[in-house]
Formats: sequence, structure tokens, C-alpha cells
Amino acid sequence: MSLPARVSLLIVAFLAVVAIGAFVVLHYFLGGPATVDYSAGVTPDTGATVHVVLQEDPQNTVSTHPDWVSYFIQNPQTKAWEHTTLFKVPAGSRIDMTIYGFDGCTPLRNPVWGQVTGTIGDVAYVNGKPVSQLNSYSGCNVGHTFSIPGINLNVPMATPSNPSANLCATSPCSPTTTAKNLYKVVTFSFNSPRATGAYFWQCRVPCGGGFVTGFGGPMQTLGFMTGNMEVVS
Amino acid sequence: MAAEAPAQPPAAAGEPNHGLRIFIPWLVLSVVADLIIWIVWRPHMPPGAMSSAAANQQFDIAIMAVLAAPVMILVLTYFAYALIVWRQKPGDEEDGPAIHGNTRIQATWIVLTSVIVLFLAVFGTVELFTAQGSGAGEGGSPIFTSDVKGPLQVQVIGQQWRFTYRYPQYGGFETTDLVLPTNTWVEFHVTSIDVIHSFWAYQLGVKADANPGVDNVAYAKIYHTGSITVRCAELCGLWHGAMFDYGKAVSPAAFHAWAQGAEVHLAAVTKLLPPYALTYDPTVVPQMSKAMVAAGLTGAPGLYYPPTDPAQP
Repeated sequence: MSLPARVSLLIVAFLAVVAIGAFVVLHYFLGGPATVDYSAGVTPDTGATVHVVLQEDPQNTVSTHPDWVSYFIQNPQTKAWEHTTLFKVPAGSRIDMTIYGFDGCTPLRNPVWGQVTGTIGDVAYVNGKPVSQLNSYSGCNVGHTFSIPGINLNVPMATPSNPSANLCATSPCSPTTTAKNLYKVVTFSFNSPRATGAYFWQCRVPCGGGFVTGFGGPMQTLGFMTGNMEVVS
Repeated sequence: MAAEAPAQPPAAAGEPNHGLRIFIPWLVLSVVADLIIWIVWRPHMPPGAMSSAAANQQFDIAIMAVLAAPVMILVLTYFAYALIVWRQKPGDEEDGPAIHGNTRIQATWIVLTSVIVLFLAVFGTVELFTAQGSGAGEGGSPIFTSDVKGPLQVQVIGQQWRFTYRYPQYGGFETTDLVLPTNTWVEFHVTSIDVIHSFWAYQLGVKADANPGVDNVAYAKIYHTGSITVRCAELCGLWHGAMFDYGKAVSPAAFHAWAQGAEVHLAAVTKLLPPYALTYDPTVVPQMSKAMVAAGLTGAPGLYYPPTDPAQP
């Protein structure tokens, strides 16, 4: 092989290695879902109230996995629903959560997660009515849960009043255009910890259909049924 | 004609007694090292002495260290001696003397190491028996149960990604809090309701796999109050690294008060739980899901388990 050919081959090989490395860094380390910032303009450790809004959908038609169940988070500035499960809150604040439950029911693998824990008063409100637990075995009551193990928070998500009706089929679902009996509004409050850091949250309903024990796929993928609550100061 | 026996090399005139010169520093260093290990290091060896299992593990590790130290020191002493005494002197171009076996040294070495290994085998077996399995999971039919009388039963349920604990002697309530009494035998029943986990209560010296459909029993008796770090020691999915919590050991009176309070406080959710059992059949939920599907009730994302389950991604 001539010298120019060998040099050219060396350069091409070097560029290929660099390109692969850049792809790995950009795609796997920097290419995750965006973080919705609820901490902007809020002074931490003052007990200030932050209103965080999520929704859980039976599908995710804005992703490459349209049949995966998914959470969405509302951007506090634009009010647009973002396909992510990462959000940021200030430390030492009161977090008022509103979660729109558009998905149908699935039994919990462990009924103990039907209990509301870690919220202020150990209570959540389903369409304004206080509940301390939901029985996922007695009927179509629980769609998912919103659980942050690091602060012992667990809230079961109630399901629509008419579960046999057609659920919202296009994500993100809209609370304003969807019939009221096709979703539930779950609200609760908790205090964000004073210790900063990432607190992972998850759903405890085995809703990863087609995966072992129902806990693969969307259950273990950021942007779908699990994510991080980043507490910042 | 008889085979000629290999000739032993003649001892060089004025050659020092190398064996003695190696033996004396080895003996001194070994005694010092073993005393340091036993007196200074042993109280700080993991996992501490909070429970019977932990204390036994600490004792076992110290015994092994005391046995291993002289062996290691002998090797290092010989190595250092050879480097210093038998190194080639400047200007010395001669070959070294031919190496011949020494039957007495070889036999001594084989006998000593065999004795050590056999002793450790017997010692380990005795320690498993007298220390109630030394904190390890013994399966559903434990045989190392000596001295265990009237234990408090605590069921550990692994699930992605949290351990929960059931107390069958207090109405079977289930909680995320691990609270244990001191001076009481605790009989852990470890299981899982999804994938394989491992219950590792570090300060208690208890480590038992949590397998679905398996009741894995481990024992410990807690000696004093304090915090207990619980971790999952089996890679179990995305948040395996975050699957930990902190329990606590309290006095028997404090534990009894806590358990009675929890039994009352959690009575409503206890009614939702399946009856206490040593294992829980994960197929119950899919069967229920099929009934839900048959009834026209949809779950995420429409079915609980499609017919292709378990399909891998």
C-alpha cells in the first residue's frame, strides 16, 4: 500500500473512532430527556409553594415506543406538556402536585402500594375527595403510582370513572378537551427534602406490558414511567 | 544395578544457618502481627459486632487473619532474605549452585498447609452450626438453628426497588420500616415478588438472596441498639443502586410499642394484603388481569401480559 493510501486510511480510521465516541457521549450521556425546572425564581428552604403538574397516559404517541405507557410533565413557563420524567424543585419547599390520570387500571403486584404515604397528612385527593388508600384488587381503581422511595412518598393514581370507554389515544392527552369521566385528577402535597440531590421516582404498577414481571421497558426507561426529582438549593 | 541417589550438595564452609536466620524474624514478626490483629484490628473488622451473626463473622475473619498472617510473613521474609543474602555480588560471574529438593522442608510445608486448610474446613462448619448459619440464607428448611428459641419472625419482601417488611406475629402488617428488638432472636424470611434481589443488612451480618417463590431463612440476635443499613446486593434493574434503606434496632419494649402502634395504624391497608405466606405466587396478578381483560377492563397499555409474555426487548 502506498504511503498516501496508508495515511488516508489512518485518518479515516481515526475519524471513525472519534465519531463513535462522540455518538456514545451525545446519545447516551447527554441525549436523555430534558429536565423541567420548577425551581426558577423560588428561594429554597423557605417553605415556598411550588406547583408541579404531571399526567400519565395509556400510550406515548410522540416517541419511538408509541405503545409504552408514559408520564408527561408540564412546563411551568410555557404550559406545554414535555415528554420527560425529570424535574427540578427547590429544597425545603412545599410541593403541590397535580397528576392527571388518563390510563386504565392494572392491579398492583403488592397491594401495600395502594396506600398513600409521605404526603402532608398522608392523604391525596382524587377529583377533590380525600383518600388514604386505594384497593387495586377490588375493581378498576388504580392505574399507576407516583412513588419517591427516598422520601417514603407513595401515591396511587386513580383511574377514570368509565374504564371500559375509549381512553385518550393521542399523547399528550388534554384535560380540557377530554371528557371528564375519562380521566381523574389526583392532587397531593409534600415537602421537598432539605438535602439536595437526585431522588428517583417510579411507578409501582407493573405496567411494562410484554416484559418480565411487567417491570421492563417503560418501567426502566427515563422519560416514561420513572425519572428523577432533582432537589436544588 | 541400583539407581544412584542424587547427591546432596556439600555445605559450604562457613555457611550460616539460613533456616534459623529466617525462622527467628519470622517468629517475632508473626507474634507481633497476630497480637496486633487480635487486639487492635479485630474490634474494627467488618461487619462489627452488633448482632450474633455479625460478631461471629468478625470472629471468623479475625481467626483467618491470625492464621494467614504467619504464612504471608513467612513468604515475605524468605523473599526479603533471598533478595538480601543470595543476591549476585558485583563482579561475581559464577552460576549459582544447583537447586535440589529438601524433603524435610517440603513435607513440613505440605503438612502445615494441609493442617491449616483442614482446620479451616472444620472450623467453618462448626461456625455455621453454632452461629445459626452465620447470618446467611439457609433456604426454606434451615438446619443451623441451635439456640434459636421463640424468634421474632420478620418477612423481607424484595420488589423493584424497595424492601418491605411483614410482621406476622403482629397481625401481618407490612411496612417500609425495618425495626427490630435487641436481645431477641430474629428469624428473617426473605423472598421476592418479582426478580432476584438480595437482602443485606450490613451491621447485622445478614445477607440472604430474595428469590421469587422461595422462602430463604436467616437468623440473627441483636446485641445493642443502633442504625442498620439495608442494601440490595443483587443487580435487579435500573434503580438497583438506589435500593437501600435504614432500619433500626431498639429495646424490646420500644419495639413492642412500635409494632403494636403500627399494627393499629396500618390495619386498613393490612386488610388489602394477601394472607401472610412464606412466598407469594406472582401468577396471581396475571390471572386477575386476565379476568379484568375478560370483563372489558383495560390496563396499561391495554393488556397486563400479552400472550407473548415474557417477550424480551
